Amino acid sequence: MVTQEALDAALAARHGAAVQKKLSAARVGIAGLGGLGSHIAVFLARLGVGQLVLADFDRVDVSNLHRQHYFLRHVGEWKTEALAEQIREINPALRCTLHTGRVTEENACRLFDGCAVVCEAFDRADQKAMLAEAVLTGLPGVPLVGGSGMAGVGSANEIRTERPMARFYVCGDGVSGIEEGAGLLCPRVALCAAHQAMMALRLLLGETEP
Amino acid sequence: MIQVNGELLPAAATVQELLDRQGWRADRVAVEKNGEIVRRGDFSATALHDGDRLEIVRFVGGG
Repeated sequence: MVTQEALDAALAARHGAAVQKKLSAARVGIAGLGGLGSHIAVFLARLGVGQLVLADFDRVDVSNLHRQHYFLRHVGEWKTEALAEQIREINPALRCTLHTGRVTEENACRLFDGCAVVCEAFDRADQKAMLAEAVLTGLPGVPLVGGSGMAGVGSANEIRTERPMARFYVCGDGVSGIEEGAGLLCPRVALCAAHQAMMALRLLLGETEP
Repeated sequence: MIQVNGELLPAAATVQELLDRQGWRADRVAVEKNGEIVRRGDFSATALHDGDRLEIVRFVGGG
């Protein structure tokens, strides 16, 4: 049995004690737990980010398993609970606050209050726009890291992190949406999620450039 | 002229008129004017003037 002391020591050894102290103390919000959000959550859990706020209204469906970080045993479960279970298996000391329901312009700021960074990981373009407005107007000082444009089989090298506004970072290729019928394939979606997790990590460590 | 995402464009009367002219859907954008976020509900009432600088993020679906 691996003890919590051994897990903590391994994180500090790999990441450096000063970095790990910041990550362990941090709280990060993730809005939407599909292809982007489930991977972002796992990346942040592996980093040892101490508190995660996980929000999604949906259950795991068999049609999600091609790109989202869930397993066959999770089909039918709430995504919030299925993800919290995986995070406990990565590091039981991490605290997950679950919101099993929709994120709306009315509740977004309350749900993500106290987060150092919020990651937007919705599927629909209008929901991405809704959250951008809610966080950028309602949570002063909190950066938002969104994802836009990761459908299809375009080059991995087109996925990038940009900073169009002072507190708003957008990852993706910016143009490849599902509206034109392109599918979402796991590596490209996970790549965008990795960009978002990487930007969240940099922000937690005080780096503000993309 | 106004600057939109770093590009010079002819001014429009309001943010909403600019979006309409560009063919950009109001429910799929985030708009910043001179460093301040413009709420969706204010797009039609937000006048644009020569020299205004806008950042407009257009979202596409998928996640």
